[in-house]
Amino acid sequence: MKRVSLFFTLAVAAGFASQAATAETLKTVKDRGQLSCGVSTGLPGFSNPDDKGNWTGLDVDICRALAAAIFNDPSKIKFVPLSAKDRFTALQSGEIDVLSRNTTWTLSRDTSLGANFTGVTYYDGQGFLVKKSLKVNSALELNSASVCVQTGTTTEQNLADYFKGNNMKYEVIAFAGQDETVKAYESGRCDVFTSDVSQLYAERLKLANPADHVVLPEVISKEPLGPMVRHGDDQWFDIVKWVLFAMVDAEEMGVTQANVDEMAKSDKPDLKRAFGTDGNLGEQLGLTKDWFYRIIKAVGNYGESFDRNVGTGSKLQIARGLNQLWNKGGIQYAPPIR
Amino acid sequence: MTTGPRKPPPQFVFRLKRALGGRSGWSGLALQVLFAAVLIWIAYEIVANARANLETQRIISGFGFLRNNAGFDVSQSLVPYTGSDSYAWVFLVGLLNTILVSVIGIFFATVIGFIVALGRLSPNWLVSRIAGGYVELIRNLPLLFQLLFWYLAVLGALPGPRQSIAVFGSYLSNRGLVIPRLIPEAGLAPVVVALVAAIVVAFGLRYFTRRLLFEKGRAITIWPYVIGLLIGLPLIAALMFGAPFSLEVPVLKGFNFSGGTRVIPELVALLVALSTYTAAFIAEIVRAGILSVHRGQMEAGLSLGLSRGSVLRLIVVPQALRVILPPLTNQYLNLTKNSSLAVSIGYPDLFSVFAGTALSQTGQAIEILAMTMGVYLLLSLVTSAVMSFYGWRLGRSLGA
Repeated sequence: MKRVSLFFTLAVAAGFASQAATAETLKTVKDRGQLSCGVSTGLPGFSNPDDKGNWTGLDVDICRALAAAIFNDPSKIKFVPLSAKDRFTALQSGEIDVLSRNTTWTLSRDTSLGANFTGVTYYDGQGFLVKKSLKVNSALELNSASVCVQTGTTTEQNLADYFKGNNMKYEVIAFAGQDETVKAYESGRCDVFTSDVSQLYAERLKLANPADHVVLPEVISKEPLGPMVRHGDDQWFDIVKWVLFAMVDAEEMGVTQANVDEMAKSDKPDLKRAFGTDGNLGEQLGLTKDWFYRIIKAVGNYGESFDRNVGTGSKLQIARGLNQLWNKGGIQYAPPIR
Repeated sequence: MTTGPRKPPPQFVFRLKRALGGRSGWSGLALQVLFAAVLIWIAYEIVANARANLETQRIISGFGFLRNNAGFDVSQSLVPYTGSDSYAWVFLVGLLNTILVSVIGIFFATVIGFIVALGRLSPNWLVSRIAGGYVELIRNLPLLFQLLFWYLAVLGALPGPRQSIAVFGSYLSNRGLVIPRLIPEAGLAPVVVALVAAIVVAFGLRYFTRRLLFEKGRAITIWPYVIGLLIGLPLIAALMFGAPFSLEVPVLKGFNFSGGTRVIPELVALLVALSTYTAAFIAEIVRAGILSVHRGQMEAGLSLGLSRGSVLRLIVVPQALRVILPPLTNQYLNLTKNSSLAVSIGYPDLFSVFAGTALSQTGQAIEILAMTMGVYLLLSLVTSAVMSFYGWRLGRSLGA
């Protein structure tokens, strides 16, 4: 009964740890010697353990970048795999320092959960995966279908809205874990599997015959995915926020993992500010002057991480689309480092 | 100075001290009071501290969320439910689904358990070995494994809705069993009246024949007449006033069947897994209970000329039940609590829809889990109470 034990963790944490709310997360992390990062239980491209047990993915890279900025060592992380319905409780109870687990930014999650989103790592949307043999070309043809969905997600509510809005009937079968959901879809219990489009592509790879399944063209929702931190620690909030911004800005400035040593010697004023050879922006965050260098050296810039994990350099082959930089036709945009 | 006999302390104080137990005298009482005060203080500290911390982190607390719109759908609901109902309604939907699976599961577990126990005690070699094999196989495999086996391997292997197996207007597929739905018609009321009348007459007959048996020693077989009554009277009523129901036959429309009543495969898998698993334990409990009745009872019954079945039913089982009931109650409670495994196969029980979906949508872990715990506690206490009442009645009828 994992749920019940989580309940006690939360109750005890809330009941006894009177320091929890105001704690300086950065100091706690430093004292502990490692970052505690909440990830998914395995989603290719975002957070997934490889055959050696190393976690990789876009969400994982955020945590690696954080660890690099704090410890100058991207491996000083304890990854905590969480199901969709356990993730917020783990963050609230202090079990993890940051939740980087393909989580959709919504108003209610930003407020009532006692946590904040720090930015958008991936602009996603909800779609449908169906078997090709059903000969369905549009989501509007799904009247009376059985739909498999993972419980505790925004997906579940979007689904209800979409079918109601289009006056269609459907049957929902909700599972606690993503694997069970996909298994039920594969066994034929459902006609449709619905989730964020990026996940549909990732899960399709795991199916026996990926070519027998097709992602329908409709994207029925906005799903901006991003990391979350607890309320009440603005310094930590800033750090997590700016680690992502640093990766996006690095791509915009043309700083890559390969050329970072060269670029660090550059005379360009914006690069000097970022690398800390001019000013002390990193220290203002509570980190070190070379925070930017550490991040890029460890995980590369946003574009590199994207390509390596979900883009052209990965099995998923997802196009940049909305996640392209703002000056290249997308909407990824980070405030300037100055 | 004369020393008269000391007055005994007033009854009330005496009883109070006794109820508090422990050490005698006022020092013991003072200790008890102190202990209780410390407990209350600790509980207060925890609650107050939790409240303060939730407030500083601005995590919303309280039960206001129950009135909010849930916004998600559920695959099976005993009461009308749509996504625009409140979280309180979701709670009820989940609760009813949990109760449904528990009650039906307990019924089947008991029936299968008794049959297997009697089979294991049977003098027939083959029957007893099969029953023994069943118990050893089922109780030694993890329940979650069995649940997934039934759901994915057995029910998942059924054909899709378009190739479903059709029997008498019912369709079996991997979407579950769809049966024609009975729709009440004008003839329903007379048929119900006729059925009630038949039941009353049947009870009257039973009373009459039992008196005859006890007073005059004449045994009359009545069950053929009873069955005739139970079927005949409603049938006559239906012929006179018209059919009580009309059938709504399911038709394949689009992806699924529309019309009819559907039993979802999640419910079936959960019921089969829970009842066969619990039945293996119940079988052993029943066997132990029957073996605890002295062999002489059986021999005495047989030598009176009763059949083996009658001896079991009239002599052995009633005595065995006294041994069986307490551990049987445990199994009932286990079944109810194990029903929360439903979450792994997508059956919308309380744990899945309320402590799962509603929890992660609202983030109010403390309130929701407290409510869920309360429900399981209440269900368990009610089950215990019912079983205790039955045990008490049984004890009285055995004259114990």
